[in-house]
This record gives sequence, C-alpha cells and structure tokens, in this order.
Amino acid sequence: MTSRLRQLLHRLRSFFRGRQQDRELDAEISAHLELAIEENLKRGISPDEARRQALVRFGGPQQAKENHRDARSLPFLETLLQDVRFALRMLRRSPGFALLAILCLTLGIGANAAVFSWMEGLLFRPYPMVVKQERLVALTGTTSSDRTGLSWPDFQDLQKSCTLFDELFVSKIMGTTLSIGERAQVVTGSIVSANYFNAVGIHPILGRTFEPNEDVGRSAHPVTVISYQLWKDRFGGDPQIIGKTQRMNGVMHTIIGVAPEGFYGTFVGWAMKFWVPASMEDTFEAGGYKLEDRNERWIEAYGRLKPGVTLAQAQQEVSAVAKRMDADYPATNRGHGIQLWPLWQTPFNNAGNLLPTLETMLVVVAFVLLIACANVGNLLLVRSFVRRHEITVRVAVGAGRKRLLQQLLIEGLVLSAIAATGGLLIARWCGHLFVLLLPVRNGNAMHLPGEMDWRVMTLSAAVCLVATLLFALLPAIQASKIDLAATLRSEMAGIARGRGKSWARSSLVVVQVSLCFILLVGAGLLLQSLQKIRSDSPGFSTNGVLVTAVNLVAAGYDAEHAKTFQEELIDRVQALPGVDSATFARQTPLGYGTFASAPIAVDGYQPPPNEQPSADYNQVGPGYFATIGIPLVSGREFTRADSETAAPVAIINETMAARYWPGKNPVGERVQAKGKWLRIVGVAKDSKYYSMRELPKAFFYVPRRQDFSVSAALTIRTRLRPEIMAAALSKELKAMDSNLAVYEVISLQEQVDRSTSAQKVAVTLTGTLGGLALLLAAIGLYGVMSYTVSQSTRELGLRMALGARTSELFRLVISRGLALTFGGIFLGAALAVGLTRLLGYLLYKVSPYDPLAFGNAFLVLTIVSLIACFLPAWRATRVDPIVALRYE
Amino acid sequence: MSQSKLDLLQGTLDLMVLQTLAAMGTLHGYGIARRIEQVSGDAVLLNQGTIYASLVRLQQRGWISAEWGTSTNNRKAKFYSITKRGRKQLTEDAAYWQRLSEVMGRVLALPEESGDK
Repeated sequence: MTSRLRQLLHRLRSFFRGRQQDRELDAEISAHLELAIEENLKRGISPDEARRQALVRFGGPQQAKENHRDARSLPFLETLLQDVRFALRMLRRSPGFALLAILCLTLGIGANAAVFSWMEGLLFRPYPMVVKQERLVALTGTTSSDRTGLSWPDFQDLQKSCTLFDELFVSKIMGTTLSIGERAQVVTGSIVSANYFNAVGIHPILGRTFEPNEDVGRSAHPVTVISYQLWKDRFGGDPQIIGKTQRMNGVMHTIIGVAPEGFYGTFVGWAMKFWVPASMEDTFEAGGYKLEDRNERWIEAYGRLKPGVTLAQAQQEVSAVAKRMDADYPATNRGHGIQLWPLWQTPFNNAGNLLPTLETMLVVVAFVLLIACANVGNLLLVRSFVRRHEITVRVAVGAGRKRLLQQLLIEGLVLSAIAATGGLLIARWCGHLFVLLLPVRNGNAMHLPGEMDWRVMTLSAAVCLVATLLFALLPAIQASKIDLAATLRSEMAGIARGRGKSWARSSLVVVQVSLCFILLVGAGLLLQSLQKIRSDSPGFSTNGVLVTAVNLVAAGYDAEHAKTFQEELIDRVQALPGVDSATFARQTPLGYGTFASAPIAVDGYQPPPNEQPSADYNQVGPGYFATIGIPLVSGREFTRADSETAAPVAIINETMAARYWPGKNPVGERVQAKGKWLRIVGVAKDSKYYSMRELPKAFFYVPRRQDFSVSAALTIRTRLRPEIMAAALSKELKAMDSNLAVYEVISLQEQVDRSTSAQKVAVTLTGTLGGLALLLAAIGLYGVMSYTVSQSTRELGLRMALGARTSELFRLVISRGLALTFGGIFLGAALAVGLTRLLGYLLYKVSPYDPLAFGNAFLVLTIVSLIACFLPAWRATRVDPIVALRYE
Repeated sequence: MSQSKLDLLQGTLDLMVLQTLAAMGTLHGYGIARRIEQVSGDAVLLNQGTIYASLVRLQQRGWISAEWGTSTNNRKAKFYSITKRGRKQLTEDAAYWQRLSEVMGRVLALPEESGDK
C-alpha cells in the first residue's frame, strides 16, 4: 500500500516536472540507441543497417515516450490540461463568441453569487466573529394573535429552567446621542444580559466584559463596553481608555472594555457601538424600570442550542416553561407563549424583513442563470455547426466519442470558470450594494454587508458546474453524435420545415421566453403591490406632516423639565410662519419604535377563559389627531386641559369600539387599562400602526400628561419642506438649550415609504433582473432567427424565384419567431400560475393571477420578440435569388 | 517479428526487470533489454522501448534506484539497481508466479475428455 502511495506522489511530481523528465528520457533513449548501434557495428553490420536495426528493435521512440509519460504521470490530468489549453486557443480564435458567452455567464453566475453572499451575510451568518452561529436561535413571546418581546423575569426563568441551551442571552437595540468633545452623534447600542460576551464568544482587546452580577439591580452598574470603531473614531484609540467615564443618557458610565475589530454586535441591519448591562435598562429604554415587571415585554433574546438539539426539541422545552409561567403568573402571563425562530427568520431585526425578498431573489437569479445558460447553449450550438468540419476531421482520425465529449465539456467549463471568477468579483462588489437600496436613517447608513466565505465560494462553484452541464452538454452530445456520412452531404435547414437540428435551438428559445415571462409577471405583481402599498391610505395624512424628535433622555432631562420644555417648544413651533399645528407623541405610526401595550378590561365584556384582553396604545399631546390627520368619528380631541390632575381619559379606535361596544357609541363609557379606569372621550378612525400590511387592530390613545415619558416624537403639520423646517427647529432649539440637537426631519410619507423599503428592494431587484432577462432572451431569439435565415438562404431564394413576394418572406420569418415566442409565453404562463403564489408575503392586495401583470408580460414579450425578429426578417427579404441558388 | 513470439502479460515485464537487476547488479536500460532477450532466447516479443515505462514505474514504487553514470565504453547512461524493498518484492512476486505457473501447469495437464469434439 505504501508503495502505491509513493507512486501516486511521484506521479504527481512528474506531472509538474514533465519537461525535465522528457529531456532525461530523451537522453536515455539516445544512449540506448547508440549502445545498440555500437553493438551492431561490432557484429560487422554496415552503419545504416546497424541504425535501422537498432530502431526496429527499440520499436518507435515516440511510442516509448507516450508509454513512459502514461506510466510516470497522471494521464487523465495530462489530457485535461491539453483540453484546457486547446479550449483557450479556440476561445482566442473567436473572441466575439467568447466575450458574449462569458458576459452572459458572468451576469448569471455573478447574480447568484451576490444573492448567496447576501443570504450568508444577512441571514445565515449575520454576526461577524460570533461563534457557532449555526446553533443560534431567536426568542420572542407570543399571544394568540401577536408576537411580543420577553419580560426580564420570564427570561431569567428560562435561563434557570432550560437544559437544552448552552447559553440564553439578551441583546436589545437602543440608541443614544453621544457627545464627545465638540461633536454629538446618534449611535446605536445594545442592552445585554451579563453573559452576553461569553455567549457570543467575544473577548475584549482591552479591559474586561461584564461580570455575572452586573445585570442585577436598578441602575446599579453604569459600565459599558465600547466597539473598536467607536474607540478608534471617537476616543482616538486611547490605550488608557479603560476606567475613563462617558456620559450616556445623562448617566456617567465607566468604560470597562473595548470589543475587538470587526465585531458589530447581534442585530441585522445596524452596527452596535456600545453595550451596557441590563441593569442600566431604565437609563436607555423609554418607559422606566422594567426588570421586575412580567408585563413589560421589551427583551429581544437569543439562545445557542446544545450540539445535536433540534429546534423542535428546544421549542418543546421552552413551551413547557412558558406553560408553567402561564399557570404561575396568570395576571401577567395568561395566554402568553414563547417561540423559537431560526436565525434567518429572526422577527425583531431586519432578517425577518429581508427574508422573503432574498428568497424571491434566489428564484429570480436562478432564472436569470438559466436564461443565460440557454443563450450560451445556443451560441455553442451555432458554433458546433461552424466547427462541424473540425469535429468531423477529429472523428475521422479516430477521436473517441468520449474524448470528444470531454473536450467540448472542458471548453464549456473554461468559459464558465472565467465567468465564475468575474461573477465572484461582481458579487464582492455588490456585497455593499444591498444597503444602498435601503434608506439611510438619521444620517446613519444601515450595516448590511454580504459575506464571501468558503460556503458562498463553494456554492458558486457548484452553480458554475451545473451551469456548464446545462449549456454545454446538449451541444456536446449533438456534436459528438456527428454522422460522418451526413456531414459530407451539406444539409440545409429550411425556415418553414426547419426541424432537424434546429429543434434544440428552438426549444432553448422557448425555455428562455417562458422563464422571462415568469420573471416579468413576478416583477409586474411586485410593482403593483408596491404601488398599492404606497397609494393605500395609512389612515393619516402623509403629505404636509413632518416628524422628528429631540432626544431629551440623552440630554438628561427629567420628566418635569421635559414637560415644560416640550410645551414651550410646541408654542414656539406653532408660532413659526407656515406651521398649522404641532404636537408631541410617544411614537409615530410606522416609525421604528414599538407602542406600549396594556392589559384592558371593559364593563360588561367577559373575555374567553384563556385570553387576557390587551391593546397597544400611544401617549399623544393636545391636537394630535388634527395634526397627524386621523379623523375623529365621534367625541373630542385631547386638549391641554387633559392634565395629570384632570380625570383620566382615552380615545379609542373604531376596531376597539366595534369589538368591546358593538352597536353602541362608547363615548362616555369607561375602559380599564393597567388597572386604571379611563373615561372614553372620543372614537378615532382606524389607521396603520406598525406596518402597511397589518389588519385593523384594537388601539387606544391617552393624553401624554396622564402617562408621561420623556422620549417623544414631534409631529408638525406644515406646508414647509423638511430641510427648511429642520433649520428653523435648530434655531429654536439653540435658543432654548444649546446642548440639544434635532433628529432628522422627514415627512410622514417618507416614514411610510421606509417601512415598505423591503418591498421596494424586491421590486428594484426583480425589475432590474427582469430587464436583464428580457435582454438575454431577446438576444437568444435574435440569434436563432438570424441563424435560421442565414441557413435557409437557398430555400428563400428558391421561394423568391418561384414568385414569393418579399412581404410574404418577411411574414414567414416573423411568424416563425412569434410561434417560438408564443410557445414560450404559453409554457411560462402555465408555470407562472403555479409559481407566483410563492411571492406570498411580498404581494399586497394583488392576486397572484392578476390579469394585468400577465397581460403586460405578454405584451412586452411580444413587442420585444417582434423587434428581435425584425432584422432577420428584413434580411430574408434582401436575399438575391440568383446568388442564393448558386450559394453552396 | 514472428507470430510465435510470446506477448508479455501485464506485470511480467516488471518482474523480469527486477529479476534481471537482482541477478546482474547495476545495468542500464539497453543492458536490461538485451539481457531479457538473451535469457529468453529471443522468445519474448519485446519492443525495447517499453522497458522504460516499466523502469519508471518500478522506480516510482521505490523498488529500483537509478543514477547517471558512464558505461564501459565511456557513454553516459542511466544505471539502474535493485533496492532492498525491490528484493523483498521480487521474492514475493516470484513465489506468486511459481505458484501460479504450477497451478496453471496442473490445470492444463488435465486430460481432455474423450468423445466430445
């Protein structure tokens, strides 16, 4: 066995040192011959005869060399190398073909590699440097109808009770305004459990991370770990940074550690700049201290499964714990469950948002690749026709079918290998393209890089191989089947009866057209969805309303100061020319934040036994409904009179009214929220709260002064443009408190658009790729038609000579082209009916079988194929019958 | 070349080369080829050139070693000699061939059944 291995190693070495070994063999052979001649001469034979005999006995030096080479080296590799060299030579000889083919394939493979790298970088391994991401899962709470966060006590119970996890940890995104030196900057950070850095396997490059007890107690541990980038950019890479302090949200925090370069935390979409332990929650989270309240479900959590544990097993365990909590704490946990999610479906960051878009993209780029393959396959078919002379000769001199097949496949592989290299470069370049399609928020671009690791590379290489088989196999088989006798007779296909070999090319075009049709239908459906979403009324005015915020939390305002400050600001803003009204609200609809939620009770409403009725609510200032443009159906708006000391009041929405007071006017009735009775003073029309896609849900409003939080969004009804408003606001703020900066000012329309940016990305990408596919298919059709025309010059000439008019020839070519197109459209429509349903979540108020989308795709394809056939058809009419009949 | 010469079975040439080197010590390619021809009484159909494929194979397996040197009449040639491992291999292969040829001899010595054509 060892001798076999030794031989293999030797063979490998010989393969790379072929030339030297050939030289050595040559010397050896010539020595051999000379020795033989000498011996023959000694026997008294004439020199010529001596030489002849020596050669005869040796039996052909060339053959000996071949044998030697086969014995010492790897013959398979040798021929492979030969084929590769030959293929490169063939490509150099027809650069036009090579360029077109490589371009098609580069686009196809590049698009695939780009989507792979996005999926890897955003969904499967979204957190650079975090260990064992394949075992990470996300955790959320659930109610019968909704998804919630987890409460801190619930999370701690999970940590204690679960045995199937290596780690369970919290990572909740938040933001603050950091003023270091001259510059204030909005940065994102995470509130984490103390085990966070251990759980993600990150060791600080300076200092330490959190101690196990540092997430215990209220504001007990004002410490922070900062990111490498923040350390470099804002602290100048100070090596003495550990132990220094930094004011964040009004509290001095001690910097205890610096995270390593390239660690961005655990939130798809944003790079974290700092981390604080959960004990600092009420410094950073709106809504006060929540660590002891099971009703405050604010946590976003992850877990790492133990090796070999499945998601289903872990879910069972977690559900059991949730059930126990449901029984133990009915007041807060009745009807609440806990759900595990694979990392790529994480609902609380952008992964869940982008998943359907990326899934759709995966199908789309597969289609583009198939279309590109069909194109290249067609080009190769044409070439195999052009090369039939060469191939016939090769077969005639005894090249085996297998050898020929191998060589043609290698030619294909060389094409796609070059294309794959280009494709990977494109994908690398596109790695950061994704983020460009998404809106910048408050001057910060999102952090959504693609990832090019060995998995992406391997997958792309696999795609490249499959593509090669797809486009090269058919032409190769056709070529290697070449019939010596038949190629001697020069055969010409006709247009009308042109079956024979052209069926392969025609069917490729039909496939292309059908794939293209599906893409166009998909793009059309997505576009209509986007238009519907964007033109759909969210239930409030989007024009003439601006939203912004002033971060008083970060500036260290307490509630009392904030109240007076905000009211003064409202007065100043309303005094500005061009402003109709202005008001503060805890949240604005379709913004990034979440609304508060409260358990509710209603006189005379008996909830089903396993349901704890609850509703989300917003704390809004006086004049909110008029400012944001939500009409009141009955009752009144909040005013400044609805203060802390006045009777608690609420305004409910229509859905809530219809649910709890069916058939009655609820104004004057009362509702209990968080144990406090509120008098209903008005009913507002339904609107969208979290997303444009949501169904109507129960929702209510309370006056800000009766449930105050410092953090709030400023809503302004004005005809002024956002940038003018921003400048005016800055001036007012400076006059009031020079430490304050205004967040970006955007229109509500912009806010709505941002909430649908995933749809926009889907439309942009499918539209672009759909256009690309259309172009490729048009090239394919054009190629087939011009080839058919050029191959049937004789038939056309004959028809002309027999009296066919040019218009008839024109029609003949066009109709043949359209026949292919309609074949493709028919096939595509049949497939599309089955496939468009898969767009599912991305479709909005559009049927997957929408006739408009299908009709448009039909029209576009028909027009494009008419254009593609026009030139070949025109050329058919220019055939000179005399030349054509002589043409051989 | 006459039809009556023996075609070499796969692998037999390697064994012949090994045995020749074991018996004769160091030899160049031509010498080995000549030696085999002489011993076989010119009964073996040997293109002398094929010996080089065999030599490189044996060399790669580590059974023979090679060195450039000068022949008795001052010609530069590559000289081959058998290695320790080569001798061991030769013993094994030779024993195998002995047994095989014995068995073949016995099988072929079975008398033909009479009556059948």
